[in-house]
Parts: sequence; structure tokens; C-alpha cells
Amino acid sequence: MAAISREEVAHLARLSRLAVTEEELDTFAGQLDVILQAVAQVGKVAAADIPPTSHSVPLTNVLREDVETPCLTPEEALSGAPDAEQQRFRVPRILNEDLAS
Amino acid sequence: MSDLTRKTAAEIAALVAGGETSAVEVTQAHLDRIAAVDDQVHAFLHVDTEGALAAARAVDERRAAGEPLGPLAGVPVAVKDVLATKGVPTTVGSKILEGWRPPYDATIVERLRAAGTVMLGKTNMDEFAMGSSTEYSAYGATRNPWDLSRIPGGSGGGSSAALAAYEAPLAIGSDTGGSIRQPGAVTGTVGAKPTYGGTSRYGLVAFSSSLDTPGPCARTVLDAALLHEAIAGHDPRDSTSIPQPVPNVVAAAKLGATGDLTGVKLGIVTEFVGEGAEPGVMAVFREAVDALTKLGAEIVEVSCPNFTYALPAYYLIAPSECSSNLARFDGVRFGLRVGDDGSRSLEEVMSLTREAGFGPEVKRRIMLGTYALSSGYYDAYYGQAQKVRTLITRDFTAAFEQVDALISPTTPFVAFPIGERTADPYQMYLADLFTIPTNLYGGPGISVPCGLSDGLPVGLQVMAPTMADDRMYRVAAALESAVGTFTPPAL
Repeated sequence: MAAISREEVAHLARLSRLAVTEEELDTFAGQLDVILQAVAQVGKVAAADIPPTSHSVPLTNVLREDVETPCLTPEEALSGAPDAEQQRFRVPRILNEDLAS
Repeated sequence: MSDLTRKTAAEIAALVAGGETSAVEVTQAHLDRIAAVDDQVHAFLHVDTEGALAAARAVDERRAAGEPLGPLAGVPVAVKDVLATKGVPTTVGSKILEGWRPPYDATIVERLRAAGTVMLGKTNMDEFAMGSSTEYSAYGATRNPWDLSRIPGGSGGGSSAALAAYEAPLAIGSDTGGSIRQPGAVTGTVGAKPTYGGTSRYGLVAFSSSLDTPGPCARTVLDAALLHEAIAGHDPRDSTSIPQPVPNVVAAAKLGATGDLTGVKLGIVTEFVGEGAEPGVMAVFREAVDALTKLGAEIVEVSCPNFTYALPAYYLIAPSECSSNLARFDGVRFGLRVGDDGSRSLEEVMSLTREAGFGPEVKRRIMLGTYALSSGYYDAYYGQAQKVRTLITRDFTAAFEQVDALISPTTPFVAFPIGERTADPYQMYLADLFTIPTNLYGGPGISVPCGLSDGLPVGLQVMAPTMADDRMYRVAAALESAVGTFTPPAL
């Protein structure tokens, strides 16, 4: 039985903000199925009582001294932006037109 | 001096410091070599001719003024295109960042400049460092200087190929699941993954933040150690950077080069010398083990039973982190934007931009990670993989109570023909079978050339405890002193 269906892959693509084509969906569904069946092997390990590791270094919150240091100018920060206006990143509309009007 | 491109970094630095050549002459020799062979190899995505010559002139001026020079002053270095370089294009091998010129330098790049090295340019890589062959670069595959029809490994195939083709004596890579060590192995060069947190991730385009580790690539173990020392150490701008002194890797490499491993106990990972590696690789590995024995090392087998599950755990953990990290490529702050014609919403533009900007492997991993993190699947996939990560760490800890370092072949197979594994992503993943456990544990690992199988390089991997990077350099340098270095056929 397949681990993942074409419909599930289409849903993942939407969640991932990828406007994939129908052809890609066919390819990815088969490939992701193979990969998922392989990585599902982790389920064979008896690990119910084992604590998870998210990180190899023990993480503690790191705070720096509250001192001014040089940083990017607005021009530098916006230098790679596809579109900018009035020292801000310009984005396409966020609300649909009915709500915006 | 016509053979400057054949010299080691240590030799070049000595020649520059002694005034026998200039940094400009060294740099020009490498730029000429790149111009002569890179159309065949395609190791570089961008060659910064002007920047390199300016940096070289600065070194020569400092020397003329009698200022002290560092141990790598005047030595050219190629930098994987995963690190931000101020004003110099940084693409991560992806169309989504085509043309981006970062407004700042990564910490590693800052340290390279401070050390007086000369950055030649940016090297090719699998898109976002996801791949084992450099075939997933959006800008075309890099070719292996040993055989131009074969892959140079990945994701840092450009850096390792540049070394093997004598286009650079030093290079920087990044290793998330083997992207420094595996290209090193298949190109007959040295690649070292430092302890996680031993080198700064500031300015490294993130793929899997709990695993990504920048590190040195070179043609000799000593050169790798010199580069390691130049770039490593605590960085307050990286919250996972370890605030401890850098292990003394250069002294360890020099000690190893004396060829004496008396008193050193090495463990062969039982799980990695069974049927996992091809016979030619195993034969060369066994000869290298004999060489290590003759150098005085005591060699035993050590079982690490959970290493078998490292590959599946990695391909859940790394894609999960990638799906989150790559959300920042939204067509707003940098890079590509597609479909913004006034009629489309932000979400539509974002989806069209990411569809156009990402290649197939990146899309697969984003979707895989999104799946593994989604409610209903989280416990069975990402959660379980994190528990396996704990067990792999315990295997390492137990092993290092018995031995000083672990050894294995670096890769299961030699460089494969271009195109052989792209149709079946999981076959590509197997290239990292032996390198991945180290990343999940967070310790250091190095690949050192140990011989040829049918004319193609084989690497031996040394894995050491966290913050004991010096140990692996000692063992690698000792092996190098016994088996020598390997030169590909002339291009």
C-alpha cells in the first residue's frame, strides 16, 4: 500500500506554498512514497522511553550585553528586495479585493 | 614559478612570507588555472578576479611594510556558495537567489579575510546543500577531475573538485550529512567536518540548523588543519557556537605526520563494513587499516547498532528543519519574485515564486518535512527520529569509552557516473550512509584519501568525540604519511 497519495502530496504542496504542476504531482507522489516507506524504518526502533534529541549542543538562552553595535542601513537591508517603497519591503496585496475595498 | 598551483597551502604561505613569490603571483596562477580548466570542471559559480587580486595586493603591501602575516596569508581559497560574501553573488546553487549580493559577510568569510587568505570565488553546490553529487545545482553539474563523466560528490562538489583540479589549494565547505567528507572522498582530497558549534553558522544559508557545520577542505591534512584553525572558534553571533578554545588541530596534524600511532586505539564500525560498501571500497579500506596497524594503532571492531537507523532518521530530521528554514524564501526580502502583476495575492505570488525558484530535490524535501511535522504524523516520524538521534548519540558515547576514534570507509561507493542516481532520490541518499551518524551526534569527522579502486579515489573516515577534533587530524595525518596523496590524471 502506498504511504502517501497524490491528493496528500497536492495538499502538502499547498501547505508548502509550491504551485506545483500536475506532472510534478505525478512524479513527486511516486518518489515521496518510496522515501517515506524507507524512512518509516525509524518506527522499528523500540524507543518509547527514550528522550528526544533536537540538538547536539545543550541549548541555553544566550543574551548579549545591551550595547549599540553597527548594523545594516535601510538601503543595505533593502538592497536584495524584489520591490521596495519608502524604506519598506513592498508586498503584493494581502487581503482579497472585496475585503480591501 | 610555474607550478604554484601544485603547492600546498603551507608551502605557499611560506613562499609568500619569505618573499620568494608574491600573493599576487600566486593568485594570478590560480586565476589562470581556473580560466584554463574550469569550463571542463565547472567548480566555480562565480570567480571574483578583481576582489582576489585586490586582496592579494593588500597582503603584499602588508609584507612590504613589515607587518606580521598570519600562517595562511596570501593563500587562495574557494568558498562554497552557501556562505554570504559581501557584494559578491551568493546563490546557494538556487535560482531563487540568483543575482543576490549579500550586504554582509559570514563570520567564516570575515575570518578568512582577517587571516589574509585570498578568496578566488564561489563554488558550485547542490541547491541549498541538498544532494550528494552537485547535480542538483540549478547552474549545472560539476565534474570530477578524476573522470569528467563522473560526479564530484555533493553537496560541496565544487569546492572539492576545485582542489582536485588544482584551481585552489584550500576551500570551504559545509557538512549537514556528509557534504564536506563525501566530496572529499570521491575526489581524493581531504574534507573535515568540525564539531557542531565549533565553526560559526552566522551567514551560512540555513538548510538544517541543528546539523549544518561549515568546515575546511584541502589537499593535505595539515592544510585542512591550518584552515580549520583560521575559521573556528566561538562567535557571539551564533547562539549554538561553543564558547570553548579551538582544539589544537594543527599540532595534532603535525604529530600525526610523524607516523606514530602507538597508544592510539581505533574502532572499526561493525555496521559499516558489512554489505553496505562495494567490494572495491572495502578492499582499499582494509589495506588502509593494515597501514594504520603498522603505524602502531590498536584496532578493534565496535558495534554501533543504531547507526543502521541514522539514514532514515536524518531524512526526517533534515527535511523537517529545511521545510521551516526555507519558508524565508517568500519573494519579499531577497531574491526572486514571480507573478506580481497586480492581480495576484501575496500567497499566490509566494507559491509561484517558490515553484519557479526551487528545484525538484528542494521541493521534495520541503514537502517531506512538512509531512513529517504535520499533526497525526509528527510522533511516528519527526518525534521518533529525534529519539533515534538520542540512541545514535549513546552509541557514540559508548564507543568512545572503548576507543579513541572510530573509522569506516567515508562512502559506500566511488564516484558514480553523472545521471546514474538522479531519477531515484533514495539511491542518491545512500551516498551519505556512513557520514550521517556524525552529524546527528554533533561530533567531528574527517575524510582522508586512502587509495584508489579502479582508478577512482576512496576515502577513510575518522570520527572523534565532540570537541576532540584534534584526534581525527592526528589519525588522518598519520595515514596520509603512510599512503601519500593522490593526483588525478592531467586535465
